[in-house]
Amino acid sequence: MTTSVGCTIDKPGSTRVNKTGSWRTFKPILNKDKCVECDNCYIFCPEGSINQEYGIDYDFCKGCGICSNECPVNAIEMEIDN
Amino acid sequence: MDFPKEEFLAPGHRGCAGCGAALVVRLALKQSGKNTVVIAATGCLEVMTTPYPETAWEVPFIHVAFENAGAVASGVERALKAQGKEDVNVIAFGGDGGSVDIGLQSISGAMERGHNLTYICYDNEAYMNTGIQRSGATPWGASTTTSPSGSVSYGEDKPKKNMPMIMAAHGIPYIATASISYPEDFMQKVKKATETKGPAYIHINQPCTTGWGFEPAKTIEIGRLGVETGFWPLYEIENGEFRVTYRPTERKPVVEYLKSQKRFKHLGEDEVEKIQEYVDNQCEELGI
Amino acid sequence: MTKKVMTATAAISNAVRLAKPDVIPVYPITPMTKVAEYIADYVANGELDTEYIRVESEHSAMSAAIGASSTGVRTYTATSSQGLMYMHEVLFAAAGMRAPIVMGDANRSISSPLCIMNDQQDSITQRDAGWMQFYAKDGQEALDLTLTSFKVAENENVLLPAMVCIDGFIITHTNEIVDVPEQEDVDRFLPPYVPKYSYLDPEKPVTVGSMTDSKYYMDARYGVEVAMNKSVKVIEDAFKEFKDIFGREHDLIETYKCEDADIIFIGLGSVCSTVKVLVDEMREKGEKVGMLRVVSYRPFPSEKINEAVKNASKLAVIEKDISFGMGGALYQDLKTTVEGKEIIDFVIGLGGRDITPSTIYEVLERTKNPSKIINWIGIEEDD
Repeated sequence: MTTSVGCTIDKPGSTRVNKTGSWRTFKPILNKDKCVECDNCYIFCPEGSINQEYGIDYDFCKGCGICSNECPVNAIEMEIDN
Repeated sequence: MDFPKEEFLAPGHRGCAGCGAALVVRLALKQSGKNTVVIAATGCLEVMTTPYPETAWEVPFIHVAFENAGAVASGVERALKAQGKEDVNVIAFGGDGGSVDIGLQSISGAMERGHNLTYICYDNEAYMNTGIQRSGATPWGASTTTSPSGSVSYGEDKPKKNMPMIMAAHGIPYIATASISYPEDFMQKVKKATETKGPAYIHINQPCTTGWGFEPAKTIEIGRLGVETGFWPLYEIENGEFRVTYRPTERKPVVEYLKSQKRFKHLGEDEVEKIQEYVDNQCEELGI
Repeated sequence: MTKKVMTATAAISNAVRLAKPDVIPVYPITPMTKVAEYIADYVANGELDTEYIRVESEHSAMSAAIGASSTGVRTYTATSSQGLMYMHEVLFAAAGMRAPIVMGDANRSISSPLCIMNDQQDSITQRDAGWMQFYAKDGQEALDLTLTSFKVAENENVLLPAMVCIDGFIITHTNEIVDVPEQEDVDRFLPPYVPKYSYLDPEKPVTVGSMTDSKYYMDARYGVEVAMNKSVKVIEDAFKEFKDIFGREHDLIETYKCEDADIIFIGLGSVCSTVKVLVDEMREKGEKVGMLRVVSYRPFPSEKINEAVKNASKLAVIEKDISFGMGGALYQDLKTTVEGKEIIDFVIGLGGRDITPSTIYEVLERTKNPSKIINWIGIEEDD
């Protein structure tokens, strides 16, 4: 038997084993010199992949581009991710 | 706004790039915090967050079926009460299909009985998990896979069901509409909802990149256009008091919202005009 | 113990009161409504401290029960017929999620045509849901089986929901003498529910009701199969303890004069009481007959049945359900589990049609001289 009773999952946040960064085609690159710390990129990221210090977690960033699109000063460029 | 730091929806979930539903949950849980139990209806959200043996949830989570989130939440809330844990926030999430269509009876029962819970409908205006079929929340003119536009069809031929007002008719203490593009407004409403003694209902507009047909980067922009055109009004009804929580300084023409999405691309001038008229009437009625 | 005259619904309600469930979501339906009303009275008079949820449908009753049970508390509900059918989807969820809910079901026919009288089609139709199913012959047994069901369902080796079925009207509305156990004895038999596995609690977050794929789904279903098989021993142990505390004896089957019987009538529920009386009468006339009542339909007590019928040559299955064109469910189950016997099926009493001594005599005659395997008794059959 490989399943728990009732298929209950007792490891909260365990989707972290699934590095969705591999889905990415475009990669957000933040130019900190331009950043005005408005928090848009942090609060609008559906993955929670940008922290409050504006560090981007590329393990999970799917490259949707919301952060770049919502940046009022164009501080985040989307580049082809090789 | 100082956003609470903690996250309770882990990354690695299977939501599409640019998924608005994931953002609804992320923001709601940031606000409600650790002391929360989540109930979800079957749908994108549940499927993308609980692929056994993994889960994205960092608060307790239960899913039973499509149409019964209101009832499951009722049972959870009373069981917590029986255990003396009345301070726990009970939050149920359902999509528009699971809420305004198949789940309506169970939500109505939960609201009418006065359970101390918050129901959040993340409305992407069609059955997205099964591949973009129309629901009772699909707006007039939208093309879906079961209300397609064609040579003799302009798409969905019925206006959207007004779920927040159906909830208001239940006389519950707190009802609000929200948009993921206005996170402070939404989180403030989640705060009020969870602090309310008794049932609360939040209906949040959630643009869907796959179902609506737009670039993933545009999720927030399109949500904002919905509000700025008056297509999606932001209001709350607190103990019977109606209040608009955001008024666009100058309403944009609705065509700007419509042309941004594939589901409305087929509409001609006549249809656009009809939708503009509908939006104008709605805004006048609500005082926007 | 206090002996009182009461209906079976009152007896069941007493069992619920004594078991002290924390949450009871319930929706009224004839002929089980009285259970909802008695429990409401207990709550209104402070005799039972429970969260009583007056849900808006049976589907929501079962859904709320699953929510409550998954939050780690003892949970009960009761229904009948259309209500049980309306729950169908979530009955499977309850079993798959391993929620030890106990539910009373007043057996009633299924629409269409609409009919509120007794047969067992409602619960038999739920036999594959993963619930344990017990069929009581009277109010006393329904009380005893309700208490036992909590103990078995909540056992960490089982963790399956349990349904206690009684014949609608025939038993639900019949007055009889019932021994109502004392609270302290029940507390000894049935201590408070302490869930072994994690439940919904912010202190220790778990995800319940997850999404599986073909890599895991079948294992989870097999888990239900294993639990169902393990429940046999747990039920037997619970019955032993029940006898020690309350003095009454129960088993997964009841047999009457089967040892030397050539023909054995087999059935579920109250009809067996009628048959039992007729066995004596038939024996006086020289017929070597016996009666076997299946008390536990799921788990199905195959070994016990095989042992009990080993000396007989024919089994006459008397049942109040039908899988059209294929006979009843009990008949099919016996065909699967019993070898070397002639098994003949008799569909009787659907929609409360009277089962009289002559009905059972007709069953006897047709068993002695069978012309077909599946027989509808009490109607003019179209041959």
